Amino acid sequence: MMARAVLIALALAFSVLFIVLPVAAIFTRAFADGPGAWIAAVTEPETLAAIRLTVLTALIVVPVNIVFGLAAAWAIARFRFPGRRALLVLIEVPFAISPIIAGLCFLLVYGAYGPVGGALQPLGIQLMFNLTGIVLVSLFVTCPFVMREVLPALSVSGEDEEHAALTLGASGWQVFRLVTLPNITWPLVYGAILATARAIGEFGAVSVVSGAIRGQTMTLPLQIELLYNDYNTTAAFAAATVLALLALVTLVLRGIVDAIQPARGATP
Amino acid sequence: MPALQTTIGALSRRRRSPLPGLGLSLGITVTFVTLIVLVPLAGLFWQLAQLGPSDYLFIVSDPRTLAALRITITAAAAATLVNGTFGLILAWVIVRYRFRGRAALDALVDLPFALPTSVAGIALVALYSENGWIGSLLEPLGLQVAYAWTGIVIAMTFTSIPFAVRAIQPLIEELDPDEEAAARTLGASPAQTFLRVTMPQLLPGILTGTGLSFVRSLGEFGAVIFIAGNRPFETEVASLLVRIRLDEFDYPAASAIAGTLLGLSLILLVAINVAQTRIYRRLDGGA
Repeated sequence: MMARAVLIALALAFSVLFIVLPVAAIFTRAFADGPGAWIAAVTEPETLAAIRLTVLTALIVVPVNIVFGLAAAWAIARFRFPGRRALLVLIEVPFAISPIIAGLCFLLVYGAYGPVGGALQPLGIQLMFNLTGIVLVSLFVTCPFVMREVLPALSVSGEDEEHAALTLGASGWQVFRLVTLPNITWPLVYGAILATARAIGEFGAVSVVSGAIRGQTMTLPLQIELLYNDYNTTAAFAAATVLALLALVTLVLRGIVDAIQPARGATP
Repeated sequence: MPALQTTIGALSRRRRSPLPGLGLSLGITVTFVTLIVLVPLAGLFWQLAQLGPSDYLFIVSDPRTLAALRITITAAAAATLVNGTFGLILAWVIVRYRFRGRAALDALVDLPFALPTSVAGIALVALYSENGWIGSLLEPLGLQVAYAWTGIVIAMTFTSIPFAVRAIQPLIEELDPDEEAAARTLGASPAQTFLRVTMPQLLPGILTGTGLSFVRSLGEFGAVIFIAGNRPFETEVASLLVRIRLDEFDYPAASAIAGTLLGLSLILLVAINVAQTRIYRRLDGGA
């Protein structure tokens, strides 16, 4: 009984000290000068431009990630081919790589001095230090999210229903839309939520390839650093509250999806 | 990519799976993985290969680089130690005890995953700097957290705690309470029961959790740079030095440091895998 009380106290103390207080500190600092200052900071043109760029990035990255995740999960779950395991490992690799190193890798290949970037340069195509660069590294860091949620569901649901539908004359797309998709809806939504959160919040990788042009290639996480280094702390914390709120919404959405689909485990 | 299509065509003919879409789905997957994962990684390896061993050693043995690596590795080790301990406690409390706020605690553990790293960074600096809630309490005691090594440890702890908790949690859920009860009936003390019966079964999760936590900490950037102070030789982490070298267009130096971090991470991940296989084999053998 004693151990129980001590352990619960330790767990609560740790989570309050390390997790709750930092988030509470952001909101306190952001509203230190009143709600008027917060609204002024969030609607400041550079910050608004950063919000627009962040949303635009997520709007491009997440649908691509969904298409890729579905295609990869379908190929890996339903077929056997040489290199299947290697493919699975490669898709998971971005999880193990530091964002800064990811950004570096993209500069080395797609930058103006890299083999691909250098070849496209004479054609007037620039891949790094603009929206394209930000989208490319965001695709890298979000790569496994949808696939790793959909794959287990697809493996469990089995192919019998799909075979039956095919035998009854359904086309490939009909089978996918009417038989496969309903079995993997929630894992798909779950993966898409995680990918959205990551695409919106990515900092390290984007900071390497963004070019950091004020009001143009600054995403919201980068804008926080910029404002902070400008000693514009209220604005920095105000921008941080927007992202912190999005993070809390992500957690709530995850909780709702978990509740709708109680079968899934608590994997991070 | 005609060659690829031929291969895929040959494969689908050979397998004769009645399900459609192999060509399309594998085509999309291979194209994406090649452009987004494989080619960029190959770029780093190509750059490292061009560098050669002597240039690599020259860059890595630079005092500032060595200092950054030392600071990063020691801080990551300290953060991992904290996360191993509290990861186990948090996972245990969440699985084994029922109390008011348990669900909230369980959800809170995921917050560091969901929170963008730059937000975590300025949150921690707001808390631990000399005019922050905690920093102002520690300042009179002569303890400086922000802009010091300790601050780096705290930032790394924050971003990697979920890895530790979520790797240990499922193993606690699978524990058989009857085994613990049996040990107690046979006269083992609670401590003996925990160390001899429970702990060995949790070891694979603790290994994975601390390993992932260490790898994440080695590469952590966003959360660290706000609180670190970033003074060369003192509070500059390796990932920041990579970005500094990139800003100077010194791609070889950036690649050498990045390659070192990546090499360390890979060795560790492989070591964990090997150790885990051994533990499971021993557990199976003992059963």
